[in-house]
Amino acid sequence: MTAFILYKSIICLAIFILSLTVAAYASWWERKLSGFLQDRYGPNRAGKWGLLQPLADGGKMLFKEEIIPNLSNKFLFVIAPGIFIITTIVAGVLIPWAPPVKIGDTYYAMQATDIDIGVVFLLGVTSVGVYGIMIGGWASNNKYSLLGAIRASAQMISYELAMGISLIALIISAGGTLSFSEILQVQDAGYANVVWQPLGFVIFFVCSLAETNRAPFDLAECETELVGGYHTEYSAFKLGLFLFAEYMAMFVSSAVMAGFYFGGYNFPFAAELYQAMGLEEGSWIITLIGFTVYFAKTLLFISVFMWIRWTLPRFRYDQLMNLGWKALLPLSLLNLAITVVVEFIRGNIQF
Amino acid sequence: MLGYTITQWLFGILSFLAVMFALLVVFSKNPVHSVLYLVLTFFCIAGHYLLMNAQFLAIVHIAVYAGAIMVLFLFVIMLLNLNEQHEPRRTSVSRIIGVIVAGLFLMVLVGVLKGTEQLQLTNTANAEAGLIKNLGQVLFNEFLFPFEIVSILLLAALVGAIMLGKKEVKENVNENRI
Repeated sequence: MTAFILYKSIICLAIFILSLTVAAYASWWERKLSGFLQDRYGPNRAGKWGLLQPLADGGKMLFKEEIIPNLSNKFLFVIAPGIFIITTIVAGVLIPWAPPVKIGDTYYAMQATDIDIGVVFLLGVTSVGVYGIMIGGWASNNKYSLLGAIRASAQMISYELAMGISLIALIISAGGTLSFSEILQVQDAGYANVVWQPLGFVIFFVCSLAETNRAPFDLAECETELVGGYHTEYSAFKLGLFLFAEYMAMFVSSAVMAGFYFGGYNFPFAAELYQAMGLEEGSWIITLIGFTVYFAKTLLFISVFMWIRWTLPRFRYDQLMNLGWKALLPLSLLNLAITVVVEFIRGNIQF
Repeated sequence: MLGYTITQWLFGILSFLAVMFALLVVFSKNPVHSVLYLVLTFFCIAGHYLLMNAQFLAIVHIAVYAGAIMVLFLFVIMLLNLNEQHEPRRTSVSRIIGVIVAGLFLMVLVGVLKGTEQLQLTNTANAEAGLIKNLGQVLFNEFLFPFEIVSILLLAALVGAIMLGKKEVKENVNENRI
């Protein structure tokens, strides 16, 4: 029992530290990449290549004056960034970062918890994630904040539908399992899921952009119309938490996409490579290689998110709603129908 | 611990929290606070489902009730901008009606709870029953007909909601641009 608790605590702590580090350095990478895309340097003063920039930003956020509006609802105003960051971090517990490592006779999964209904849990957590933004926007007692919060939550509710339906198609393709680690194991034996679910992947990708409030769907913080959106009244570290949570959400959804559609820690000819290296199943070197591969895929997706942000202009609100309800939702239903037919021909489902 | 198992402790704590938040829903003056307390109540009830090994039910409960329905409630209440000054004055007639309805509901509750001394706190007999595979087997074999009826009911509600929404859009075209 004690060993089990210790092992789970270490995994949880490692995932927590990993998410925080990646979220901090994602902000650095975003500025570097945007600098590259706009033909300028980006941050280059703090440390080598500006590598200490996230620390400098964090320090600045900590020491700034904290302002809580007089007419705001103080308790909810303070608690909202916390709710937002907790809901984003909780989704991260599902991700199996590497193949299980064998110590003695037992296998230790590199995952905080492998629940039977991982995919449904993920949808549940993302749907609860709206509360942080809504409460923050409402408690600020500011019209711009309220409008930003309402936009954000309407957008998240709308895009959850298409996301859920594209996930149903994925589950059918992956052999009817809802557990994250089993979805990865299915891809170990065959092709990555994206081969069977190309349309589903595109829908899921667009929905993830909308769920994380990233450009071109960042209407919640559209500065030309709404000043700062739901975080207009926030300052100092509470603002920092909101921005930080956005990067963390981006990290988690990138990892989910890399796992669901691109095989996670699996890569082509992995088994042959391990055999050539003379590694047995459950060796820690395999775990390390698997983790590196998964992490690289995740970072690639984060970069694509940023690339999109600095390339595409923002949608208008009615365009956003039209895309969600009139394009993505019917497309995801079509994808579901096609998936059922294809899987029937492949012989994976019987009637 | 004091002669109780961990499950019983969890049951006690969750029940206490659920009842406390449910009371706060009724007693808080601010409607937004009421909605947030109701969300917390739903989380406690989801915890009870987990104690009974009904994982799928617990997560669906959170995703549907806390994640979708209550968000819409919150949405409407935020837009209405209700606060204490706007609260309508209760007439004595409405108070009397309220007391009668609450009393009738209490009678129903007492009637239902009378024969439940034998109920278990947790589902230990069949720990696998709540897993999604078994749930799906039961739902699509034994209870297929009720399941289909529920889906028709939901479809009818969906069509009705769309019809209601459509009428409003015709009256005011710019309504959907917030």
